[in-house]
Amino acid sequence: MLPVLLVLTVIEIGSGLVLGSFESDLLRYPSLLILVPVTIGTAGNLGSILAARLSTAFHLGTLSFSPEDDMLAGNALATVALALTVFPVIGVGAWGLAVLTGGAKLTAGTVVLVALLSGAVLAVLAVVVTAIATYAAYRRGLDPDDVVIPVVTNTCDVLGVVVLFAVVKVVVS
Amino acid sequence: MTRRSVAVEAYKEGLPALSASLVGGLLAGVVLGGMRSDLQTVDGLLVLVPALLATRGNVYGSLGARLATALHQGLLEPRVSESDDKLLRAVAAAIANGLLASVFAAVVATLALAGLGRASAGLLTFVTIAVVAGLLSGLALSATVVLVVFAGYRRGYNPDTLVGPIVTTAGDVFGIAALLIAVRSVVAVLGGG
Repeated sequence: MLPVLLVLTVIEIGSGLVLGSFESDLLRYPSLLILVPVTIGTAGNLGSILAARLSTAFHLGTLSFSPEDDMLAGNALATVALALTVFPVIGVGAWGLAVLTGGAKLTAGTVVLVALLSGAVLAVLAVVVTAIATYAAYRRGLDPDDVVIPVVTNTCDVLGVVVLFAVVKVVVS
Repeated sequence: MTRRSVAVEAYKEGLPALSASLVGGLLAGVVLGGMRSDLQTVDGLLVLVPALLATRGNVYGSLGARLATALHQGLLEPRVSESDDKLLRAVAAAIANGLLASVFAAVVATLALAGLGRASAGLLTFVTIAVVAGLLSGLALSATVVLVVFAGYRRGYNPDTLVGPIVTTAGDVFGIAALLIAVRSVVAVLGGG
């Protein structure tokens, strides 16, 4: 457990450095700072839910690694649908909470757009990362339950920060 | 199963867990939003935030999974009053792992900030904040995980499905709240960086 934990910590510091590089935007717009933990957490959860389901399907023998596979495609579709459901709510929530706790400098529309775009990109990335990680574990004869979930969760955490950074740069600045 | 039925089932299963962690994540965001002045006082603090939050999820998620397995195997009684030192050992090991990873994160963050030539509050400030935050959130999260897994198991829920959403929700909230307390007390004692 510990060596994995330390490697994951180094990766997370990498995402912290990305976060630090747009600290001035985050400090200027409180709604964006409120978005940070929930975007990271939701990205990681999208990945971990998908990884857990693919691992189980793999153990039950109902998964084959082909884009035509119904189990893979259905789960990928659900991941995107979940992101498109949850991220607009996150955007409205972050904006509303910013208004309640000292004022939002961005409009509700901008914050929802940032959340929705980040969520859509993250859902697609979560599918790609999880499919690759599950396939890699299977090829190496590892149990996907042990390896894939922590790797996917932490990779999606990092991608959450990177995607949020890119979207904020495009939409806000 | 058809593609559509797979997607519908996966969506229905995923939504409650995502909604629970959404509430926790937004609460954590409000606390982080309230820390804007602290983030400016302690240079480079934001770099530590993802690592500290992820450590909470990794360490206490694993504690919850261990407890769930031990309950399923009958190795552990689902009552705090009747449990022997197995429970205490598992909790102590989790807190020790969490502290070690937090201190390691503080060291890596200091090195990375120095290497990139970015402003940094320094090793002593980061390590002290990481230890205080790791200890506070570790105690709160261990208590939450133990109580929820035990209570859930006694009521007939599968503890394995409870652990994920609870750890992500409580981990975000307690993780950021502990960070806030740690930063304010460390700045009060050591001064800003």
